[in-house]
Amino acid sequence: MSDSQAVATTVDAGHAGGHAAHPPYQRHHFVSMEQQNETTNFGMWLFLLTEIMFFGGMFTAYLIYRNWYYPAFVAASHTLNIIEGTANTGVLITSSFTMALGVWCAETKRRKGLVWSLIATFILGLVFLGIKADEYHEKWVLHHVPGTYFSAQAFVHPTAEDGKPAEKPLAPDMAAHTEVYFSLYFAMTGMHALHMIIGIGILSFMLFRATRGAYMDGNIAFVENFGLYWHFVDIIWIFLFPLLYLISRYS
Amino acid sequence: MSTIVSLPDQATARIPKRNYLSNENGLLSWLLTGDHKRIAILYLISITFFFAIGGTLAGLIRLELLTPQSDLFAADTYNKIFTMHGVIMVFLFLVPSVPATIGNFVIPIMVGAKDLAFPKINLLSWYLYLAGGAMTLWAMISGGVDTGWTFTTPLSTHFSNTNVVTTGLAIFVAGFSSIFTGLNFIVTIHRMRAPGMTWFKLPLFVWSNYAGSILMVLGTPVLAITLVLVVLERTIGIGVFDPAKGGDPILFQHLFWFYSHPAVYIMILPGMGVISEVVSTFSRKRVFGYTAVAFSSVAIAVFGFFVWAHHMFIMGVSNYAVLVFSLLTMLVAVPSAIKIFNWAFTLYKGSITFETPMLYAFGFMGLFTIGGLTGVFLGSSGTDIHLTETYFIVAHFHFVMVGGMLMAFLSGIHFWWPKMTGRMYPEKISQLAAVVTFIGFNFTFFPQFLLGMLGMPRRYAAYPPEFQVLNVFSTAGASILGIGYLLPILYLIWSLKYGKIAGNNPWQATGLEWQIQSPPLTENFVEIPIVTQEAYDYEWLERQKEHEVTHVG
Repeated sequence: MSDSQAVATTVDAGHAGGHAAHPPYQRHHFVSMEQQNETTNFGMWLFLLTEIMFFGGMFTAYLIYRNWYYPAFVAASHTLNIIEGTANTGVLITSSFTMALGVWCAETKRRKGLVWSLIATFILGLVFLGIKADEYHEKWVLHHVPGTYFSAQAFVHPTAEDGKPAEKPLAPDMAAHTEVYFSLYFAMTGMHALHMIIGIGILSFMLFRATRGAYMDGNIAFVENFGLYWHFVDIIWIFLFPLLYLISRYS
Repeated sequence: MSTIVSLPDQATARIPKRNYLSNENGLLSWLLTGDHKRIAILYLISITFFFAIGGTLAGLIRLELLTPQSDLFAADTYNKIFTMHGVIMVFLFLVPSVPATIGNFVIPIMVGAKDLAFPKINLLSWYLYLAGGAMTLWAMISGGVDTGWTFTTPLSTHFSNTNVVTTGLAIFVAGFSSIFTGLNFIVTIHRMRAPGMTWFKLPLFVWSNYAGSILMVLGTPVLAITLVLVVLERTIGIGVFDPAKGGDPILFQHLFWFYSHPAVYIMILPGMGVISEVVSTFSRKRVFGYTAVAFSSVAIAVFGFFVWAHHMFIMGVSNYAVLVFSLLTMLVAVPSAIKIFNWAFTLYKGSITFETPMLYAFGFMGLFTIGGLTGVFLGSSGTDIHLTETYFIVAHFHFVMVGGMLMAFLSGIHFWWPKMTGRMYPEKISQLAAVVTFIGFNFTFFPQFLLGMLGMPRRYAAYPPEFQVLNVFSTAGASILGIGYLLPILYLIWSLKYGKIAGNNPWQATGLEWQIQSPPLTENFVEIPIVTQEAYDYEWLERQKEHEVTHVG
C-alpha cells in the first residue's frame, strides 16, 4: 500500500541537518534558497503590478481630461519648466544606472562598489527631489497650484517673455480648465515624489547596512528587489515626462 | 439522522501537547508572531469585534425604521449610522472575513506549506487592518461621516462637513492590509505548493481564494488612489472631480466602482470556496465538475472587472454604455450558476448528512441564488431604473453579502473550528443557531424586496406610513437574526474549554489540513507531504485508514 501513502517521504533535508545544510539566511518555511529567491522576486513583481494599478487611476483621469480640454492642457503644459524637467529625467535615468550597478556589485561581491553605487543613487534621488521642489515653487509663484490660490488669468491674457512669443490666449472657460491639468500634474508628480521619498528612506537603510558589510554573503534579494522598485519609479517618470511636459511643445 | 462525525474516545483523548497555541506563551508571542495560524486567530478576534459594532449599528437602523417618523435619531445622525454600518461591514468585516481568518489559517496547510510566503507582511497586514479600524472608530467617535460608504462626489468633496478625510484614509490603510493578504496568497499558491500538488489537485477553496486575491491585488490600488484624490480635493482643493473646475464627478463613480464592484467578488469568492469544501465533505463525493468550478472562480474574477458601470445606469452614462454593461453583467451570472448547479449535482446521490456547516451551506445556496437572480433584475437597465436606490437594492446585496457571505463564513468557522482549536463546537445548539439565522435572515430582508418594489427609497430615516407593516416585519426579523449571530459567539467561546476533543479528522475530510493533528504544529507538517491523490478523493482516504489499521493494529 506504500504507493497510496501520500504523507510519507521527506524532502525537508534542510531541517534534518539543522542549519548546517542551508545558508543561515534561508527562512525556515522555504525548502531551498532557489524557492526563497523565486518567491520574493515574484512577490515584488506582484507588488509593482499593484503600483501600476495605483498610478493607473490617475493616468485614466489624465487621458479623459486631456481629450476634453486639449487646448488647456497644451497651454498649461507649456508653462512647465522644460529645462528642469529634462534635467530631472536625465538625473533619474542615471540613478537607475547607478542602482543597476549596485545590484551588479552585490552579485559580484564588491563591497566598495556597492556602497559607492548606493551613495550615487541616494544623491541623484535627492537632486531629483530638489529640482522638483524648485519647480513646485515656480508653480506656486505663478499661482498655478490648484485651490484657493489658483489663478488662470495668465492663460486668458498671455504675455510675451524672454523673447518667446506670447501663447495663444484661451477663452475664460477653457482657461479655467487648466486647473484640472495642474490638479493632475500635482497629484501625479506628487505621488511619484512620495514614492521617491519612500525609496530614498529604504535606500539609506540599505546603505547603512552595506557600509557594515551586508549583502556580501550572496543574500542580495533585498538589493535586487529594491532595484526593481527603483526602476519602477523611474519608469513611471518616463511616462509622466512626455505626458505632462511635452504636449504639442514643438509643433 | 446519520452522521459522519468520528471523534476519538473522549476518555483517553487529549489535545496534543505541542501545537501552535502552546508553542509560545505571553502576549508578545502573539503580537510579534509570524505564524499564519496565530495571525488568523488575531484576525478572527478583530473582525468579530468590528462585526459586533457594525451589527449594533444595523440594529439601530432597524430600530429607527420601526416607525415611519424619524423619532429615534435626527436625520443626519441616521445618515452617519448607516454610513458607519456600511464602512465597517464592507471594509472591516466582509473583505477580510474569510480570506484573512479561514484562508490565512488553512491555505498554507492545504497547499502543503509551512507558512505563507511572507509571514512578516502577513503580520503587517493585520496591523494595517487594526490601524484602519482604529481610524474608522476615531472618525465615528469624533463626529462620524455621513456620505454613505460610497463617498459619492461632490457630496463627499464639497458638501459634507463630516470626517470624510479620516474615514477615507482609514479605508486607504485597511486597503493595503487587503492588498498584502492577496499578494501573500497569490505568491504562496504559485510558489509554495508541496511536491506533487499540481494546480488541479488543489482544493477548490484555494482556487476561489486565488481568484479573490487577484481582485484584491488589481482592484484595491484603484480605490486607494481614488480616495487619495478625494482627500486632496477636500484638503487642498484640486479639481479632478469638481465640476466647478472642469472635473467630472462621474469619473469618481467609474474609479470607485472599478474597485467596489470587484470588491463584492472579493467578498463572495472565498465564501464560495468554503461551500465547495463543505458540500463535498458532507455528501462524501468529489465536487461535481471540479475543473468547471475552479475555472468559474477565475471567470468571475475576470468578468468582475468589466461590469462596474451597472452601478451608474441612472447617473448619466450613455445609453450604449448601459447596453454593453448590462450584457456584461448578465455574463457574470453564468459562472455563478455553474457553481450553484455543480454543488447541486455534488449533492445528487451523495451520502448527505446535516451537520452545522452543511446547514449553513444550504442556507448559502438558497439565499445566494435569490440574491444572484435579483442581481439580474438590477443588471437589466429597464428594471434597474425603477429599482435602483430603493430597498430592493438593499435587500439584493444583503442576500448576497449576509445571506451568502456571512452564511459561508459561519459555515467555514464551524467546519474548521475543530482544526483551529482541537475541540468540537456543541452540535445541537449550533444547528439551532443555523436555523434561527436562516429564519431571521428571511424575515429581515425578504420584506425589503417588497418595500423596494413599492418604491421605498434607501437611506432615509423616515418613510410614508403605508410601508410600516413590512418594516415592522423586517425589524422583528433583525432581532431574530441578532440572536442567531450571538449564539455562535457564545457557544464557540464555551467550546474552547468544554468542547469535545476533536481528533485529527472529525469530518473524515480529504484536505491536507485534516491529515495533521488538531490544533496543528507551528510548522504544520512534521514532514512536507508528497501529494499523489486528487482533491476530494474519499477512496484514497479509506485506503489511508486501512493502511493505518494494518500498521498500527
